[in-house]
Amino acid sequence: MCGIVGLFLKDKALEPRLGAMLTDMLITMTDRGPDSAGIAIYGEGAAGVSKVTVQSETPDQDFADLADKVKALVGGPVSLTRRDTHAVLSVPAGKAEELRKQLKEVAPTVRVMSFGDTLEIYKEVGLPKDVAARFDIASMSGSHGIGHTRMATESAVTTMGAHPFNTGSDQCLVHNGSLSNHNSLRRKLNREGIHVETKNDSEVAAAYLTWKMQNGATLGEALENSLDDLDGFFNFVVGTKDGFGVVRDPIACKPAVMAETDQYVAFGSEYRALVNLPGIEDARVWEPEPATVYFWRHGETTTPNKKAA
Amino acid sequence: MQTYDLEADGLRGLNAALHAQSSETNQTHWEIVNPRGSHAIAVGLDAPIEVNVKGSTGYYCGGMNKQATVHVYGSAGPGVAENMMSGTVVIDGDASQYAGATGNGGTLVIKGNASSRCGISMKGIDIVVHGNVGHMSAFMGQSGNLVVCGDAGEALGDSIYEARLFVRGSVKSLGADCVEKEMRPEHLDLLRDLLERGGCDAKPEEFKRYGSARQLYNFKVDNAY
Repeated sequence: MCGIVGLFLKDKALEPRLGAMLTDMLITMTDRGPDSAGIAIYGEGAAGVSKVTVQSETPDQDFADLADKVKALVGGPVSLTRRDTHAVLSVPAGKAEELRKQLKEVAPTVRVMSFGDTLEIYKEVGLPKDVAARFDIASMSGSHGIGHTRMATESAVTTMGAHPFNTGSDQCLVHNGSLSNHNSLRRKLNREGIHVETKNDSEVAAAYLTWKMQNGATLGEALENSLDDLDGFFNFVVGTKDGFGVVRDPIACKPAVMAETDQYVAFGSEYRALVNLPGIEDARVWEPEPATVYFWRHGETTTPNKKAA
Repeated sequence: MQTYDLEADGLRGLNAALHAQSSETNQTHWEIVNPRGSHAIAVGLDAPIEVNVKGSTGYYCGGMNKQATVHVYGSAGPGVAENMMSGTVVIDGDASQYAGATGNGGTLVIKGNASSRCGISMKGIDIVVHGNVGHMSAFMGQSGNLVVCGDAGEALGDSIYEARLFVRGSVKSLGADCVEKEMRPEHLDLLRDLLERGGCDAKPEEFKRYGSARQLYNFKVDNAY
């Protein structure tokens, strides 16, 4: 199964409540996947600063001198904000990807969850309510975010196998379904120089979209291409720095419900996840069509219409 | 009338109370408030009672229904009225995938649109959809009637047996062994009755009929045991 929730805010007044709303939505989806849970939050960025979210099994030990080690590695001002097993490293703009590649050299037991300007990803093994409480997701603000609760099928139940997956700057993806051509696609992406960390099928989908966008595709175009190149069952919900996208495979057997008001666009694996959102009674509620790409971007005055792939 | 607050009193209590009704019950009207997309609301009923659900439901609402009338004043999640035996289920809004799947009897009315696989493996149920149906609807339909006042998605009636399909709008594509068939007077009479039961003011003459060409493996006598 797996449960997905997503929230893309149009009304800035809701931004301080993003983490709280996503937490509530994700906890409702707990019985769709109790293995592990994760949330990606697009928060406030700062000029000249990029963020790398990292995780450690031994955070007391690893995080004590991590900022100094990172400073020695990439230079410039570096700060570290710890949340339980995770920490957000603030580094000079443009250094995040370099740090992702080189972090292992100075801190081999620290794993990178995400990198970008505004994106932070928190994920662990456990129930959504416990994972959300560990990181105090409910206190976080942001413009959009995506959550996932996992029932594993294609790879081990580990922190690294939990969703969301981040494979490019400020990009993240969650997946409900299973892909059957992920091994061959992973090899192809590796040849193209795209970094894929795990044996998980969903990470390959994330890396595929990163690869397409690196080659000039928009998020919408990359999602359309995924319908041709990914084989299997999927509902994807993806985030970029300013965008939010949804696509379902042509068979569309994994459930999906969306709601839109003047204040937000919301995604849930089931309608249950959406019932506490403000104004849901009067929202436009619909099921995304199979093989159809939907995406929204901040700063665009009108909502893009669904585009048939 | 009995009113039941699902949020306050829980699903098991509700279904147990509904299952406790016999054919002679005098508690014939039930109202369920705060459904909030919950699963398995009013499943397995077997009494001539009326259950009104004031909001949207999750998976399997009205599943395995016998005799009862279940009316959802909202939209329904996957598998609404799945394997219904008799009675009536009415959805005011949209229905998610596999509405009325494997239904043996009774009437399912969807006033909005139905998603993919509506009436999959239907075995005698009558389904009236005021809007559109998604892909693979009536897949392997064995008997019963599916009426679509709007359009049908891809692969309508794939591998169909004896179910009858009536579509007023366009059909994106027909599935394997499904063909358009002649609309004879008896079909117009049947359709008139179905539309009336479904609360549709559409005219039977506006519809086309589809059914099995009976060319697949199972229809060839040489393949019989």
